[in-house]
Amino acid sequence: MAAPIIRIDNITKRYGALTVLDGLSMEVMPGEKLALIGPSGSGKTTILRILMTLETISDGHIEVDSDQLYHMPKNGSLVPADDRHLHRMREKIGMVFQHFNLFPHKCVLDNVTLAPMLTKGMAKAAAEKRAMELLDMVGMADKAKSVPAQLSGGQKQRVAIARALALSPKIMLFDEVTSALDPELVEEVLNVMRKLAAETDMTMLLVTHEMGFAHDFADRVMFFDRGKIVEQGKPEEIFRTPRQERTQAFLRKIIAAGHRV
Amino acid sequence: MTDWSGYIGLILQGALVTMELTVMGSALAVVMAFVAGLGRVSRSMAIRALATTYIEFFRGTSIFVQLFWVYFVLPFAGVTLSPLQAGVLALGLNVGAYGAEVVRGAVKAIGREQREACIALNLTRAQAMRHIILPQALPLMLPTFGNNAIELLKGTAVVSLISLTDMTFQAQVVRAQTGSTLIPFATILVLYFLMALAISHGMRWLERRVTRGLDGMRT
Repeated sequence: MAAPIIRIDNITKRYGALTVLDGLSMEVMPGEKLALIGPSGSGKTTILRILMTLETISDGHIEVDSDQLYHMPKNGSLVPADDRHLHRMREKIGMVFQHFNLFPHKCVLDNVTLAPMLTKGMAKAAAEKRAMELLDMVGMADKAKSVPAQLSGGQKQRVAIARALALSPKIMLFDEVTSALDPELVEEVLNVMRKLAAETDMTMLLVTHEMGFAHDFADRVMFFDRGKIVEQGKPEEIFRTPRQERTQAFLRKIIAAGHRV
Repeated sequence: MTDWSGYIGLILQGALVTMELTVMGSALAVVMAFVAGLGRVSRSMAIRALATTYIEFFRGTSIFVQLFWVYFVLPFAGVTLSPLQAGVLALGLNVGAYGAEVVRGAVKAIGREQREACIALNLTRAQAMRHIILPQALPLMLPTFGNNAIELLKGTAVVSLISLTDMTFQAQVVRAQTGSTLIPFATILVLYFLMALAISHGMRWLERRVTRGLDGMRT
């Protein structure tokens, strides 16, 4: 069996007196599609943000692709990572945000080519060629010259996915990527993600409230509550026969709110 | 009957000096505004402290006193400046301190989401600032920069106190020689107003230019 690509070891995240994650440990295998579900405030988004180095950890260790994320070896011991180490680690990870976070002053094509040109020194022509392939994959090639303000939410999110893919990360983090969309635009984004899962062997972590999608998409589902993993397993197990009371209560609430499981 | 054409010519010569001071002072002010404004958001505490000290000092003391220091006190330290150099230096440093806070505010106004996208795309802080934050912050700075430039234009009048022959200085010369207050001061009133109007229009044109294609962006 291969080694995990992400190994989270006993991490704690505190904001002042509030403990968001408390001694959390988990592993993700290469190529795995992992869905994180749970009530808001349960810490699932915080895990993605920590993996993207948008938040630091208060305690513990994280290993990504056999390197420490927040630490680096120095003279035989582990010291806090410096900027260079963080930049090297971020190459392995990409993230798609709930609110897209596209650059409003740049056209779609420039949004996608900017990072490869700046961080990988890619030539403009090569970056544009690759960007057009990715935009084609997400069905946005015809909007390459539009600016974000001219796009619908679903279109923006598809561009954001192409933008993250342009850096060819090994791990992609999807943080509630359909939560800010009008209901009729959700499906076009989910379709892109299905295609991505089918066509690549990227490791994907997904925080979502789309239970039906999590069921079909994920290899494994983790249910979080109050900073802890309450229950995890194959989607069928979690959605059809949850063992924990809290999982059952959460799923009942979600179903009552009209979501398909 | 006084022959006014010569006196008006004198005032127009002063107007040139005023414009020169305004343009060069503004150029220095813009440089100082960006240096100190970006210094204020630096991760290094020493740089932040240095920038804060500069801003507080030049905002907290009067331009009049600063000008006298630059012109009359610096020579004791071995730095002798021409009146024009002293005027540009004092005005640029003074207005630059106000501009620095404008730069800082505009940079801070570009939200967390844009910064996080930059981190996720692995840009360095300098790359994020140059390609993402500043291009969006610039349109937010321009209206206040316009205000500051007009303040600077009006501030140029104090340089007449170190015998620089700007518009106000020349008006006083004309007043002394002709005994008329109304005509020289009415003339410079109109000239100052026209110059301020030119700055307003220039800034509005610049604003339109940098915001072109940014429709839908919050400005």
